[in-house]
Amino acid sequence: MTDSKVKEPLYHIVKRDDISAKKAWRIRITAILAALVVCAVVTMVCTGDNPISIFATIFKGAFGTQRKTWITLQYASILLIISLALTPAFKMQFWNIGGEGQVLMGGLASAACMITLDGKLPGAVVIILMIITSVLAGAIWGVIPALFKAKWNTNETLSTLMMNYIATQLVAYFTIVWEVPKGSGKIGIINQNSNTGWLPALGNKYLLSIIVAVLITVGMYIYLKYTKHGYEIAVVGESQNTARYVGISVEKVIIRTMLLSGAICGLAGLLLVGGINHTITTTISDGQGFTGVMVSWLAKFNPIGMIFTSLLIVFMDRGASEISTAFELNQSFADILTGIILFFIIGCEFFIRYRIRSAKKSKKGVA
Amino acid sequence: MKKFKKVVSAVLAASMVMGLCACGSSQGTRSADTTAATNEAADQASADEAAQSKAASDVKVGFIFLHDENSTYDLNFINAAQEACSAAGVEYLLKTNIPEGQECYEAACELADAGCDIVFADSFGHEDYMIEAAKEYPDVQFCHATGTKAHTEGLSNYHNAFATIYEGRYLAGIAAGLKLNEMIDKGEIKEDQAKIGYIGAYTYAEVISGYTSFFLGARSVCPSATMDVTFTGSWYDETAEKEGANKLIEDGCVLISQHADSMGAPTACEKAGVPDVSYNGSTESACPNTFIVSSRINWTPYFSYIIDAVANNTEIPADYVGTLETGSVELTDLGAAAAEGTADAIAKAKADMEAGVLHVFDTKTFTVKGEELTSYMADVDTDADYTADTEAIKDGYFAESGDRSAPYFDLQIDGIQLLDTAF
Repeated sequence: MTDSKVKEPLYHIVKRDDISAKKAWRIRITAILAALVVCAVVTMVCTGDNPISIFATIFKGAFGTQRKTWITLQYASILLIISLALTPAFKMQFWNIGGEGQVLMGGLASAACMITLDGKLPGAVVIILMIITSVLAGAIWGVIPALFKAKWNTNETLSTLMMNYIATQLVAYFTIVWEVPKGSGKIGIINQNSNTGWLPALGNKYLLSIIVAVLITVGMYIYLKYTKHGYEIAVVGESQNTARYVGISVEKVIIRTMLLSGAICGLAGLLLVGGINHTITTTISDGQGFTGVMVSWLAKFNPIGMIFTSLLIVFMDRGASEISTAFELNQSFADILTGIILFFIIGCEFFIRYRIRSAKKSKKGVA
Repeated sequence: MKKFKKVVSAVLAASMVMGLCACGSSQGTRSADTTAATNEAADQASADEAAQSKAASDVKVGFIFLHDENSTYDLNFINAAQEACSAAGVEYLLKTNIPEGQECYEAACELADAGCDIVFADSFGHEDYMIEAAKEYPDVQFCHATGTKAHTEGLSNYHNAFATIYEGRYLAGIAAGLKLNEMIDKGEIKEDQAKIGYIGAYTYAEVISGYTSFFLGARSVCPSATMDVTFTGSWYDETAEKEGANKLIEDGCVLISQHADSMGAPTACEKAGVPDVSYNGSTESACPNTFIVSSRINWTPYFSYIIDAVANNTEIPADYVGTLETGSVELTDLGAAAAEGTADAIAKAKADMEAGVLHVFDTKTFTVKGEELTSYMADVDTDADYTADTEAIKDGYFAESGDRSAPYFDLQIDGIQLLDTAF
């Protein structure tokens, strides 16, 4: 360490060279606890309600009953699938913020099959077609920006974002085509009586998404860590020039990865439409195409870590809405609490990468 | 070292908080003034004592709202829910910001799990999900405002409700017509400039019925009135509603009304100094200079009715239609902008309606493509092909809400111009 100068500031920021996993987790847990304390103070000051019962309610909202637990797991699964879909793209430094649109297109393809093929083909065939078309639709929506990027080096952040708007408007258009009753702007539950195209419930209607999420998590973990493709993604992400130097076709990797990314998003759309909501709306993916980016980053693109980050986000969200019910507080208050907690969780990454030294201590050379 | 101690103490404090919340999770809800003990009692009661009637205070009601109190539409329901439940002394739970998807089904099931005997949802798109939940909980009554399917679904525990708000809109229309007359008398506008602007949500029967009745009310006192309607494609879109109002005002509309749920249109009117007839409740506090009157559905009578029905174990009809008589259709107090004599004119028309002499959709008062209607088949039984299935013209008037609670008047009458029908 350098010796202190005469006019050294009281504190300065030093980049950590390395940090043990244990220490990193200690910082993270401290951050969460600190966030809870701040939430408690804000709660007491703003509402006068007892913060302990508010925290209890958050927990109850996510895991209070068997049904709540299942719903939480199901929501987390969908968010996890979307996050996993985005991960390979982000890992190769391709900013795919088009998850929203890719999910919508997958959902739209499923809904189209359900509505137009009801009564014309056997249920099993409809479901197979839904799977094929939704995966294909998502993949196409993902690969278009990738092609532009690979061929003409266009900015993928803008193009994927714009693809979202196109997808939203397409869904809005078909909502008007398929609305029931006329003019209502709502499709309602598709095939409510015939159940054509409803994905089968595996024992319990929440289980299907959870199983799919587990399979994709394991698959993605292996794909990124142990396959040649996964290695190529990592290399392209680190440096495109290095990739070219060692003979990796960057264009091919970008296109291939976005096909995969979009396809998995499409699959999430299939689950949302065919397995959960049984309808299509412009808001069906509920911003998860964006939330997934955060889930993926927070977990440092580690599929196993994403299980926890997606669960955390859904836990907070479900808990927050329970607060507004139980305490008759506005939903905005729940959002404030979620915001505080996310602020601390994301903020603590700074302390994992850097340390703050006070001038006094560094003089003494305290580690 | 000192710092470290501080951190440790903060961590300890936080972990205590965590620990306590784990212990405290068995008690949590605070709504109304009952304790967790009654929850369990209600749970058991709903299962095996459903056949017997119970004291009203044992009933528990769960409410599902599309938005929260920032939406005038939902606020109107929330106020009524609190009023009816407090009056009956029953426990209730409110769930706000529930989208029109599977979340509604989950919310309805969670409320049923929490021991609610009645689950109510306030938005049209909630309907299919309420039906799914109703199938799963046959002992719980599921009530839904604005829905269309209860009379064809054949579930004994699923019910629709609406009110003859077209009567309220007609009365509010009279206030608008008189305001136009006042402007003509003062020479502010010429007779042929008496153009009303209307911001609708969707080209849906509920909206069409609303603006048509409003227009007929206005034209009943101001024969030269015309109306332009624009649609936003959303039940709640403050920006679109504000822009819609501004566009109509620029196009020469001298009075505005709306059927969408934000404060967008009323505040745009206040800014432009254009009189406004609002909906769902008074907007006078925000718009003191331009507010004329507002019609609204008062849901308190319906909520009291279903609480009574469950307490006394009587049947709730598939379709409930609140009326002027039941107190379900109301006008707010008149604003300062209202014309002279408005109160009397409204009172007279209201008396005529109650006496059955005045019908809002009297076929003699409007034409469709230049012709008077003698027969019209309406789409009352909802289906994907919009099949027109029920004769709606009875005794010389369109019998709105006669065959199901939700409105089904969807005709385009002469004198009203639709600026966009994309929604």
